[in-house]
Amino acid sequence: MKLTLKIWRQKNAQTKGNMQTYPIDGIEGDMSFLEMLDVLNTQLIDKGEEPVVFDHDCREGICGTCSLQINGEPHGPDRLITTCQLHMRKFNDGDTIVIEPFRAKAFPVIKDLMVDRSSFERIQQAGGYISVNTSGNTIDANAIPIEKEHADESFNAAACIGCGACVAACKNASAMLFTAAKVSQFALLPQGQVEASRRVLNMVEQMDKEGFGNCTNTGACEIECPKGISLENIARMNREYLSASLKG
Amino acid sequence: MSILNSKVPSGPLSEKWTKHKNDINLVNPANKRNIDVIVVGTGLAGGSAAATLAELGYNVKTFCYQDSPRRAHSIAAQGGINAAKNYQGDGDSTYRLFYDTIKGGDYRSREENVYRLAEVSANIIDQCVAQGVPFAREYGGLLDNRSFGGVLVSRTFYAKGQTGQQLLLGAYSAMNRQINRGKIKSYTRHEMLDLVIVDGKARGIIARDMVTGELERHSAHAVVIATGGYGNVFYLSTNAMGSNVTASWKIHKRGAFFANPCYTQIHPTCIPVSGDHQSKLTLMSESLRNDGRIWVPKKQEDAEAIQQGKLKPVDLAEEDRDYYLERRYPSFGNLVPRDVASRAAKERCDAGFGVNKTGEAVFLDFAAAIMRYGKEVAAVEHIENPSEEKIRELGEKVIETKYGNLFQMYEKIVDENPYKTPMMIYPAVHYTMGGVWVDYNLETTIPGCYCAGEANYSDHGANRLGASALMQGLADGYFVLPYTIGDYLADDIRTGPISTDLPEFAEAEKNIQEQLDKLINNEGSKSVDHFHKRLGKIMWNKVGMSRNEKGLKEAISEIRELREAFWKDVRVPGDYNEVNPELEKAMRVADFLELGELFAIDALHRNESCGGHFREEYQTEEGEALRDDENFMYTAAWEFKGDPGKAVLHKEELNYENIEVKTRSYK
Amino acid sequence: MFGFNSFEPYFCASEIFEKKTIMGLIKSSIARKVAMALSGLFLVFFLGQHFVINISSVIDPDTFNSWSHFMGTNGLVQFVLQPVLIFGVVFHFVMGFILELQNRKARAINYKSFKGNLSASWASRNMLISGVVVLAFLGLHFYDFWVPEIVHKYIETHPEDPTRYFPELVHKFESPVRVGLYALSFVLLIFHLWHGFASAFQSVGFNNKYSVGLTKFAKFYAVLIPIGFVFIALYHHFNQIPH
Repeated sequence: MKLTLKIWRQKNAQTKGNMQTYPIDGIEGDMSFLEMLDVLNTQLIDKGEEPVVFDHDCREGICGTCSLQINGEPHGPDRLITTCQLHMRKFNDGDTIVIEPFRAKAFPVIKDLMVDRSSFERIQQAGGYISVNTSGNTIDANAIPIEKEHADESFNAAACIGCGACVAACKNASAMLFTAAKVSQFALLPQGQVEASRRVLNMVEQMDKEGFGNCTNTGACEIECPKGISLENIARMNREYLSASLKG
Repeated sequence: MSILNSKVPSGPLSEKWTKHKNDINLVNPANKRNIDVIVVGTGLAGGSAAATLAELGYNVKTFCYQDSPRRAHSIAAQGGINAAKNYQGDGDSTYRLFYDTIKGGDYRSREENVYRLAEVSANIIDQCVAQGVPFAREYGGLLDNRSFGGVLVSRTFYAKGQTGQQLLLGAYSAMNRQINRGKIKSYTRHEMLDLVIVDGKARGIIARDMVTGELERHSAHAVVIATGGYGNVFYLSTNAMGSNVTASWKIHKRGAFFANPCYTQIHPTCIPVSGDHQSKLTLMSESLRNDGRIWVPKKQEDAEAIQQGKLKPVDLAEEDRDYYLERRYPSFGNLVPRDVASRAAKERCDAGFGVNKTGEAVFLDFAAAIMRYGKEVAAVEHIENPSEEKIRELGEKVIETKYGNLFQMYEKIVDENPYKTPMMIYPAVHYTMGGVWVDYNLETTIPGCYCAGEANYSDHGANRLGASALMQGLADGYFVLPYTIGDYLADDIRTGPISTDLPEFAEAEKNIQEQLDKLINNEGSKSVDHFHKRLGKIMWNKVGMSRNEKGLKEAISEIRELREAFWKDVRVPGDYNEVNPELEKAMRVADFLELGELFAIDALHRNESCGGHFREEYQTEEGEALRDDENFMYTAAWEFKGDPGKAVLHKEELNYENIEVKTRSYK
Repeated sequence: MFGFNSFEPYFCASEIFEKKTIMGLIKSSIARKVAMALSGLFLVFFLGQHFVINISSVIDPDTFNSWSHFMGTNGLVQFVLQPVLIFGVVFHFVMGFILELQNRKARAINYKSFKGNLSASWASRNMLISGVVVLAFLGLHFYDFWVPEIVHKYIETHPEDPTRYFPELVHKFESPVRVGLYALSFVLLIFHLWHGFASAFQSVGFNNKYSVGLTKFAKFYAVLIPIGFVFIALYHHFNQIPH
C-alpha cells in the first residue's frame, strides 16, 4: 500500500521541530508499524538523508521502549498493544498517518520522535521498592500465604511497562496511572504494607515535582494503556495518599 | 596442562560452595566505601548484582544502553523460573535440578557451577517474594508451579507469561532503593565501548553517552559485564533490537577468553518469518507445549495443499496428521528439550512437510486440549450431555485463562485466531549458551573483570533448559558474584580512587574515537542493516540449526569477506556527537562480524554433535545428536590474537565425578 | 573525570525519611484533586436541596413561601451556611482554574493531531467550558435573585412579608430570553455533573464493587436535577401570574 507520513522532525532538545511529509510505497499489511519506519529509514539513508530517530527495543510489546503518538493516539489506533505490535493491516491504502512524539513537559524531546522519560525513573527511585536486603536470608517464600485475588491484582498493576502512553493520552499530561500502578503493586501485598505510607507520599511528591499535570479522571489513560492498567489503581493511590497524610 | 584455572574448591560437591564462602576473603564495611565497582548491563544478572553490591556498601555505577535499567531484555522472558523448592512434593531436590540441568546441557557444563546454581535456586524465590514479585498463586494463597521442557517435575515458578518482567522489576526496585540512597549511580542511554586495563587489571571502561555522543571515562576497582547474549549475530532472533555482543567482544579483545561460541539455542516455538522486511522474531512461550500438540501432515500432497492455501488444517483428518514429537519421543512427547524439538521441526520442514507459504512452519494445535479441558469443566459444573459446541466454548475459556496473552499476541501478529485454527510456529535463535569464559568465581581471564548471566558461558553447557536463564541470571547477581568479587577486592582496600587520566584510559578512548570517525567519514553506499542482514543469512544457513564442515568453511570465508566489505562500503549518516542510532548499530555490527567468524571456527572444530550444536556428520541412524565424549568433553575457550581467525584454543576438561555421563535420551 | 566522590549515603537517607506535613498535603496534586471533589460534592448536595425547595413552587406555592422564608431569615442559614456555600463556589472555581492552568503548562507543545474523543468523553475533557458557562449563569443568578434579596433584606430593610417569594420567583421567568439562558446553562450543568459527580468518588478513593451502582445514581442525578430546574423554569414561564 501507498501512504503519506507526516512525521515530527527535531534535531535536538535545543532546536525547534516541525512536521515533515514523506510519501512511502510498497508497505505490506504483515509489516509492523516500526518495520514500516525501518523501510522509510532505509530509503532516507539511501538518499543520503538523516533517518528518523525513534525509541524501540524488544519489538514484542514488553520492554516499554517504543512510544509514538500515531494519528492522535499513543501506540496508534489498536487497543491493548504497543506501537511495535501495531501492524500495517490496520491502515488502508492512501492513508495519511501523523506521527508525533509523546508530548509532555516532563517528557522533553531528545531528537525527532525520541523523548526523555527519566522522570518516570525518578518517581520509582523515590519509593517504588520494598526495603529488603538481597541476602536471600528472608523467610521461606510460602511462609506468608497471599490471597490469590490480591496477588493477581498486584500482578495486574505490576504489568505496567512504563511506556508513558498514559501521560501521552491524558489531556493534562498527568502521570497518575503510572504512579498509581507502581504504588498499587506493593500496596496490595503484605510485604509492601510496612513502608506503604512513606512510599506513597514520596512517590507522589516526586511525581508532582516532575511537572506532570493533575488527574481529572477523564479515563483516557486506562483506554490507551497497552497493558490495560485499571483506573482502580488511581483510586487506591488516592486512598493510600489520604490515609498516609492524615496519619501525619 | 591448560592455562585455564577454574578455581573450583575442593571437597564434596554439596559442600563446595559453603566451604568456598567460608574460605574467601571479605572486605570490611568501612573499606567497601572506598571501593568502586562498574556493572555493565542491568538485566537480571547486572541489576541484581548492582543492587546487592551497593547494599553491601560498594560504590556502584551501572550502565545500560536503554533509557531505563528496567528495559533490559530479561524483561521479555515469558515462561518462568526454576527452583528446587519441591513445593509440589513431586520428588524434586537440589540434586535433581542439578542433574536435569547437566543432562539438558548434554554434559558440556561445569559440574560444580551447576550444582551451586541448583543449591541457591530456592533462595531466589524467597528473595523475590520478599521483594514483592507477584508470582502466580493457588487459591490457598501458596505459590503455584508449572512444568517445562526436559524435566519430569513441576518446579517452574511464574507470573502469567511475564515472569522475566516481574523478576526484572524486582531487581530494578532493589536497584532503585540503592539509587535513592546514593549508592548506585545509574547511567542510562550509555554504551560501553571498551575495557580499560591498568597493570593487568580491569580498572574502568570507556562508554559513549548516546544522547550527547560524548565518550566518557569511568574508573573502578572491578568491572562486571552482564550484557546478555549475542543471538543477534543471526540478525533475526528473539533478542531485542539493541541486544549486542559489544561489551563481551571488547573484553575478549582485551584478553578475556570466549568459550563455546557455537552453543546457541534455537527455540522451537516462535512465530514464523513473514517476509524480507522482518526485523525480529517473536517467541511464544515454551509453556504452550504443556497443552499444544505439534504436528505436520503425514502426506506430502496434503502439506503442499496447505502451503498453497487449498486445504485448511482443521479439515485434515486425525489419521493424516503426523504428531512427530509424540511419535519419536514417546516418554517426553511435546515436552522434549528445545534443541530436540527445534531439530525435529527442521527435519520435517526440510523433508517438505512445512505448513506455511515458505514451507518453514509446523502446527501447534490446541484443539485436543480445548476439548479435554472443556469436558473437565462440564463434569465439574455438572452440565449433562453437553454439546460439542458447549465443550469447545468451556475449553476455550480455560485455555484463555492459561495463555490468553500469548494467544492475543499471536493473533495481533499473524491475524489468525489460534483458538479456531492451529498456530504456526518455527524455531528461531533465542539464547546463547556460549559466552565469556569464567572461573568458579565468575571472573574472566582478566583479573578484576567479571562476567555474569547470559554473557558468561558457565551453567547451561550445550543446551539450556526452559526457565533456567532467569534462575542463572539472578543466582549470579544476587548470590554468587557479590561474595566472590569480595575475594578479589580485598586486595584493593588501600588502592584509593583510580584516576581516569592514566594513559591507558587515553589510549582506549583514542582507539574508539578513531573507530567512530572511520565509520562516520566512510561515505560508503550501503546501510548497516544491509550488512547485518547478509551476516544473518550466512549464519542461519551455514552456522544455524545444523552445520557441516563444508558449510562452516564457506561461512568463515564469507564472513571475512563481508567484514572487509563492511568497512569499505558502509554508510553511516549523521555525526558522532549527537543521537545517532545508525552509528550505534554500526559499532555493534562491526563486532558481530568478528564474533561470527569465531562462532563458525568453534563450530567447525567441534567434531561432534551436542545440545544446540548439531553437526550433520555426527548423528545416529535415527538422526539424534552423537556426542564424542572421548575427544570433546571440554570447554573450548578461545584467546584473541589480533584477528578472530587467529584465535587460539584453550581446553578446560570437564570432569563428572557426581554424575554418570550417559547418552541423552528423551524417548 | 568521572571518579567517585567519597560520600556517606546514610545522611541523605535520614532526610528522605522526613515525615510529610499537612503543608505537603495542601501542595500535592492529589490533595487538590480531593479538594475539588469534596467542594464539588458539597455543591451537588446544595443543588439537590435547592431543587427540592424550587420544585415545591410547582406543587404548592405556600410550602415554597414558608421554606423560602425559613431559608431567608434563619440565622444559621444566613450567616453560617450561606458564607460556606459562597466559599465553596468560589473555591471550586478558583481551584478549577488553577488546575486548568497547571494542566496546560504540563504539555508545553501541543499535538498537531490529538484524538482525545476516542478515549474520553466530551464532558470529561471540557469541564472548564461547562464550568465557565455555569459560572456565567451563577453571575446572572446572583444578579437576579441573590443581590435583590440582600438589598431587600439588609439594605432597604423592608418589613417581613412571608408570601413575597412565590410571585417574585414566577416573575423572574417571564422573559423568554432569560428562560432560554437558564435552560442552556442547565444543559451545560448536565455535562459538568455527568463527569464531575461520579468522578468525585474516584478522586476520594472510592472505586469498588459499589461504584457501578453509585456511578449510575450520579449520572441519573446529573441529568434529572438540571432537567428538573429547567422544567420549573418552563412551568412558571407558561403559568405567569398577572402583575
